[in-house]
Amino acid sequence: MPKHKLERIVIAGATSGIAREVGRLLASRGARLFLVARDPAKLDAVAADLRARGAEGVHTAVADLASTTSHEQWWPEALAALGEPDGVLVAHGILGDAERARRDASHTTEILTTNFLSVAAMLAPISTWFEQRRSGVIAVIGSVAGDRGRQSNYVYGASKGGLDIFLQGLRNRLFHAGVDVVTIKPGFVDTPMTAHLPKTPLFASAESVASGIVGAMEAGRDVVYLPFIWRWILLVLKMIPEAVFKRLKT
Amino acid sequence: MRPSFQSWGRYPKAEHQVLQLEWLTDRIPQLGEGQSLLPYGLGRSYGDSCLNDGQTLLATWRLNRFIEFEAATGRLRAEAGVSLADILAIAAPRGWFLPVTPGTKHVTLGGAVANDVHGKSHHVSGSFGNHVDRFELLRSDGRRLLCSPEENPDYFAATVGGLGLTGLITWVELRLKRVPGPWIDVEELQFRGLDEFLALSRESEQTHEYIVAWVDCASKGKNLARGIFSRGNHSLSKAPWVRPKPGPRMPVDLPGFALNPLSVGLFNSLYFHKQFSPRKARTVSYEPFFYPLDAIEDWNRAYGKQGFLQWQCVVPFENARETMKEILTRISASGLASFLSVMKTMGAMPPVGMLSFPAPGVTLALDFPARHARLFPMLGELDEIVAEAGGRLYPAKDARMSGRHFRLFYPRHEEFKKYIDPAFSSSFWRRVMSA
Repeated sequence: MPKHKLERIVIAGATSGIAREVGRLLASRGARLFLVARDPAKLDAVAADLRARGAEGVHTAVADLASTTSHEQWWPEALAALGEPDGVLVAHGILGDAERARRDASHTTEILTTNFLSVAAMLAPISTWFEQRRSGVIAVIGSVAGDRGRQSNYVYGASKGGLDIFLQGLRNRLFHAGVDVVTIKPGFVDTPMTAHLPKTPLFASAESVASGIVGAMEAGRDVVYLPFIWRWILLVLKMIPEAVFKRLKT
Repeated sequence: MRPSFQSWGRYPKAEHQVLQLEWLTDRIPQLGEGQSLLPYGLGRSYGDSCLNDGQTLLATWRLNRFIEFEAATGRLRAEAGVSLADILAIAAPRGWFLPVTPGTKHVTLGGAVANDVHGKSHHVSGSFGNHVDRFELLRSDGRRLLCSPEENPDYFAATVGGLGLTGLITWVELRLKRVPGPWIDVEELQFRGLDEFLALSRESEQTHEYIVAWVDCASKGKNLARGIFSRGNHSLSKAPWVRPKPGPRMPVDLPGFALNPLSVGLFNSLYFHKQFSPRKARTVSYEPFFYPLDAIEDWNRAYGKQGFLQWQCVVPFENARETMKEILTRISASGLASFLSVMKTMGAMPPVGMLSFPAPGVTLALDFPARHARLFPMLGELDEIVAEAGGRLYPAKDARMSGRHFRLFYPRHEEFKKYIDPAFSSSFWRRVMSA
């Protein structure tokens, strides 16, 4: 028996490659979904797809999730539409242009705001609601890039690393209310976000990562690397002393 | 499931730049002078009709959202990268089925339209295009044409069976078929020779929705054209249905010699005798009945690295008996036995596409490892026999027919040319328009 039943779920960033596949899995089981995304045409296309695939109900809200205040609008709407959600999946984010972020303060700010500040902000009211309900699951898509800063993408890495610390604290707080906080750390996933990268054997399909996310949410796991192999890759990467690591071309 | 960007037969080999489509609202990328595009779905065309060597493929597999499914009427609208497997997953549990299905469910809707695919029900249902109400065609100049038998009927006729050359099919609307459940009542009968095959076909066309025959291509003399005739109807069985688990996958390329004339001859003989009684009846789920090869993922790797060639013809009824006899005799004499040979009769329902393959008559599909030097000359001789009998070959399974034969088989190719998108091309098209 899964610890959490995922019958009513809110998905922020619902048009992202991974979230779409999570939505499909939940829809095929007849879940009720509340989807939040920025582009109305893409949001409608995803909602129609999930309805046809068997979702019992699909509600949508158009919102710019890069903003730190959009949840003031859509979170009450989600509660009104679903009644009592069983869980929330936060899936929005941008990879950004690492090269540009090195020099361009506004791009650095944009990456940190979208990937970290907006999530921390929306989780203030969301975590409080779940704390009072005293059950449920909050899952957030982080990244293996947040485990160690590397010259090739440290701004993105910092946004996901900050999220990692934030979620640790949140997990500690909500544990006492019976609410689980799941940090998802995917490696390379074959989605539009990575369309420009050459595909190595380390790339996982969005479908397999989505099925890992649903399993982790049901079980109320803490930190999940997807696929599993990344746990060991990062373990090794984290053990390298900083004095050595800083000399590496990573 | 990320596609391979090769063809299913893995012959010929080709190199591409691959561009990915994500949303219906995407535009067609503009390429430079002298460059061309070809939409690519799941790559189940066998030959080079899904290849655009040295050029660009426009991958549609992520354009895979349903737009609308009316569970009351069976009307379905979906993006062109949705596969027939996706459709069955949502439709079959609700009592709906594909109006026409080829021998694999891992093809996209766009590909099913662009090849006007057919299946075991051709004698009653015609081909895929006969069940398509409308679709949207996106041209490289940005125009979006709604195509149906009423609206832009010329583009509709050019695009059904149009091998992806008339533009990008973005979404398709079709009518599904009501079925009592997921079960099929199947009957399998041994036959010996073409006369028995034709008699069984004539009889079964009246009584069964699905017919197909497997032919032993390795045997000669009195065993020539022996085989097993299989016929089925949707069953009224109310047995509960369990979704099948994914089967094994072919983990490696088998060495090229694994499928040799000896092993193929042995397999064919064993297959013929697998049923000891001349007649066998049972009820099976639709999966093994329609998609026996889908049970082994990447089965095409059994043919080794060099890949394999398919060859499928249709020959009008009046010449069918003599022509099929001639073809089967030549194959068994050549020693180049075909591993899986499939024969069936096609019905009279006219297809809607200018370049659609189906025609009334007998169709025969063969496959050969692309290994023997004498294979190509022999297939060239078979092409000539088909041409003389007034038949034609199937472009979706072709990698080698001559341009002269293609133009003879498809007399509407001149008319078709007017509808080709100037930014689109394929390896197949360049081949059959030259030589």
